[in-house]
Amino acid sequence: MNLNKTQTRSDRLTGRSTHLNFESSKGKVARNVSRGRGKLYTSYATNQAFLNTAPKKWWTLGFVVLTALAPFLVPLDFTYLLTLALIYAIGGIGLNLLSGYAGQISLGHAFFLGLGAYTAAVFGGKPGTVTWGFELDLAIVLPLAAIIPGIIGYLVAPLATRVRGLYLAVLTLGLLIFGEHMFKIMVPVTGGEGMGRGVAQRTLFGVDLNATYAIGPVIIKPEISFYLITFLIFAVLGVAARNIARSRVGRSFAAVRDRDLAAEVMGVNLMRTKTFAFAISSAYAGVAGALLSMLIGRISPEQWNLFMSVDFLAVVVIGGIATISGTILGAAFVVLLPRFLELLTEYIPFISVSSGGLINVFQLQTIVFGILIVIFITLEPRGLYGIWIRIRNYFTAWPFSY
Amino acid sequence: MNAFLEALINGVGQGAVYALIAVSFVIIYRATSVLNFAQPALMIIGTFITSVFVIDRGFPFWLAVVLSMVIVAAFSMGIERVALRPMVGRDTYSAAIVTVGLFIALLVLAFRLYAANPRSVGDPWGLNVICLGGTPVEGFVGGCEGGLTIYQNSVARTVIALIVIAALGIWLAKSKLGLAMRATSLDQETAMAQGIPVGRMFSIAWGISGALVALAGVLLASSGGVVQASDALFALVALPAIIIGGLDSLKGAVLGGLIVGIAMALTKAFQPIALPWLGNGFSNVVPYLIMLIILLIRPYGLFGTKEVQRV
Repeated sequence: MNLNKTQTRSDRLTGRSTHLNFESSKGKVARNVSRGRGKLYTSYATNQAFLNTAPKKWWTLGFVVLTALAPFLVPLDFTYLLTLALIYAIGGIGLNLLSGYAGQISLGHAFFLGLGAYTAAVFGGKPGTVTWGFELDLAIVLPLAAIIPGIIGYLVAPLATRVRGLYLAVLTLGLLIFGEHMFKIMVPVTGGEGMGRGVAQRTLFGVDLNATYAIGPVIIKPEISFYLITFLIFAVLGVAARNIARSRVGRSFAAVRDRDLAAEVMGVNLMRTKTFAFAISSAYAGVAGALLSMLIGRISPEQWNLFMSVDFLAVVVIGGIATISGTILGAAFVVLLPRFLELLTEYIPFISVSSGGLINVFQLQTIVFGILIVIFITLEPRGLYGIWIRIRNYFTAWPFSY
Repeated sequence: MNAFLEALINGVGQGAVYALIAVSFVIIYRATSVLNFAQPALMIIGTFITSVFVIDRGFPFWLAVVLSMVIVAAFSMGIERVALRPMVGRDTYSAAIVTVGLFIALLVLAFRLYAANPRSVGDPWGLNVICLGGTPVEGFVGGCEGGLTIYQNSVARTVIALIVIAALGIWLAKSKLGLAMRATSLDQETAMAQGIPVGRMFSIAWGISGALVALAGVLLASSGGVVQASDALFALVALPAIIIGGLDSLKGAVLGGLIVGIAMALTKAFQPIALPWLGNGFSNVVPYLIMLIILLIRPYGLFGTKEVQRV
């Protein structure tokens, strides 16, 4: 009895409360105990769980249901934008794993998107007069579009791990420019400069996705089926990224980002961590590139340029560095912003849709991206996710301001 | 042999301009630890301003150059004050990403200013040549019969760029303000403790850098041709140049710029004949390849300071 008392006291000192951690509660505090106290965890497992709070469960469920149903509720051209947003989210998550979690700044992301797109186009596309095409099924093509850029990322990573910081930024810029040149001269793969080529065919497990299907009363048009497939891939990759981020690997990423020397002293293998970050980020970019190419229908070697890299940088920075859900927000923001600006053209006279006028929508959009990157980094470094955290904390702590 | 020498001299001219751009990067990097990706956009805007003064308003060329240098310097100082001053004390990546944002915003501005019209800066050299050991062809600008053809613009670029860089180097080494700038780049807090107005040093560094890059833009455009907004991307070549030389070394920036310029000119002259399978425009990739090789051997460039970390 006496022993038990000491035990409890030492629990208070160490902060471990074993008496709450009994079998039936699985480390969670009972609802009537935790009510009004916000997050209260009694074990690391619950703290690190995939969906560690009840609201998060509901938000996630709501998000999944809404995005899955979205194409049936909105017009087709909007479905296109939503698909684009999901693709940007996949690519953005890849860049965020590398730049946000592992802290390796990269301007070469567009190169890996291009690699994925051409991998998909070569294996899944029709052969042209000068271009190769093997017309394989998407079930083979999409994994290849992840694996091949992943391998290339793995191969260039040793170069990148040798240098740090801004040297790395310029090195990845070099990779991008070198890649653009390679795309231009590898005519059998890319169709060459100014020509471009067709993309992978939409055939998944032998089902032609270019046809319209009816399942009961639900009519699935080609755009919708492509959206749903993109959504499925996005969901799998998003969950995978979140799992990477909260696992041992993710913690080693964060350790390397915060102080690589300290991480090395603690036994994190720097080389392996950085290489893995590059490989996984390139694989995500590859899938995004493949899907992007299939969405836009025809690809040319010039489009995988610095501006596309900056777009993804904007996704990560605006969404929130080192958050997966923030990246999704950022992607939606970056993709839907032009549409929003287009709506504004009706009300603001000096913005035009065509190239005349003071400034057109595309120029305005790019300027707005640039300025938003500046504003978010200087004023809200955690991005849209940071704004959300502030709102959430305000209500969690209400009626107290801190 | 003549073809080689001509390419070499042309390369030195180009390289001097790249060196000037590289120095403008390094000045900012040393003072504020910011790698300013917006420099190319500032450069092309500076070129535009010169062109407007000379072609549209009829100002003398040199006056226009000085005016555009002053304007871009003021603009650059404004950017520093508004966008980069809040970043003091934050990590270098974030500051670099801020400048990437500025770069695309300003580049679009430049595209809008040029409105798809290529412009010339009205420089006095054009395609005039100096003929060594040959005779100029009558009635045809830019050609010699036999001998060595040297474009005047190559000479002018080299001389102007090197004089400006040398003057800057002497100013940094000798003057009191230069000493203050070097102190700031060495350690901001200590400099502040010695009574140096560090914020003003940042402004001055950005101002100098803006002026240099505007001058570089004019020199880049003064090759007898025209420039357009997309030529801003040529200035990105200065990035491998500064990496080759080492991010924080003026000497390295000059050397890196010259290496890049010469390598590009030689590739442009001989690669289409010798190695045609490398494709058109391979010379644009060469600087990055050189950078890669240098980085593999020396991860901090030729003259860069090796980062010492305390644990």
